[in-house]
Amino acid sequence: MFILIVGSGRVGSAVAKRALEGGHDVSVLDSDPLSHERLDKDQSTTWEDAGGRFTVGTALEVDALIEAGVEEADVFLAATSGDNTNLVIAQIAQRRFKVPRVVVRVADPGRAAWYAEQGLLTICPTQVAIDQAERLVLAA
Amino acid sequence: MYVIIAGAGKVGWNLARELIAKDREVTLIESDHSRYRVVEEELEHAVQYGDATELWVLERAGIQRADLMIAVTGDDEDNILICQMAKEKYNVQRIVARVNNPRNLQHFRMLGIQPAVSATDLILRLIEHEVPEYGLIQLLALEEEHLEIIELEVGEGSVAAGRRVQDVPLPDGSLIISVLRGGAGFVPKSETVIEAGDQVLLILDPGLESRITGQFTVGQAGVSTNA
Repeated sequence: MFILIVGSGRVGSAVAKRALEGGHDVSVLDSDPLSHERLDKDQSTTWEDAGGRFTVGTALEVDALIEAGVEEADVFLAATSGDNTNLVIAQIAQRRFKVPRVVVRVADPGRAAWYAEQGLLTICPTQVAIDQAERLVLAA
Repeated sequence: MYVIIAGAGKVGWNLARELIAKDREVTLIESDHSRYRVVEEELEHAVQYGDATELWVLERAGIQRADLMIAVTGDDEDNILICQMAKEKYNVQRIVARVNNPRNLQHFRMLGIQPAVSATDLILRLIEHEVPEYGLIQLLALEEEHLEIIELEVGEGSVAAGRRVQDVPLPDGSLIISVLRGGAGFVPKSETVIEAGDQVLLILDPGLESRITGQFTVGQAGVSTNA
């Protein structure tokens, strides 16, 4: 499977490393060249030597998405720090590039719920934290 | 008519002022607190503090009863999402979005955010209008309405030069609506003679440009047409 991950933050880089270890082709796109360090951290070889791809570019620029391989991607994960960026690029991947599986991280529970209803696979860390906190707090 | 404007920058603030002066009911939403306080001194309750990409902020502003949503923040992703939610979630009848980076215009279009207004694009078109070194200038394109207005300069020796409007061979779905000659424009009649050097405005169905250009320029396909 070819997986394109946009945003090499804590979530993006960790998923990228696991996917690569799992034998998938993985490409990561981030606007910050220094974010590459997260992909090398705690690894015996560099990201590229391990077979990973890394592209520096802005996700909203179609050229950057194409360079990172969006046209061949089987799975697309939008995990930048911005909800709105994630929601826009996820829809670009889904509607324009017809990526079969599009996953998007959205911090705001309200928007996450509505866009999930519209057919996006959304992950809402805030909602997970709310549910977990509620469980632990009310367990007392 | 109730209008919600997201983004109290120069564009949003002035839009709100103009609309209020025209007796429209307006709510302006601004996410930067210091900016909000500056604007609030003048607009008072017509401006609200909050992030317009959040549903509860839109709902607090009364989006359910809004007739028009205008998203003019400095961030294209925000403008896209605000308009998308207004249109698709809250069924707001009309939306207007500002495009900050003209390269993002394709994203607005693909996601159905229309009309999307780009200041850079508008200024570029004005420049093209002032400096007509290109054969064809697109003045207006209303994609949803399937309508386009273009401007062409009539070339010396072209098919149209020296012909009456009614004799210029044009495809169905196109019409000469104005002639600019010697710095002034007029609406031509069917017997008006087109002269070389005139600038003509045509209204047309999108997609007919290439069949029309040839009648007004020299040395391109279509020039040999003898109607």
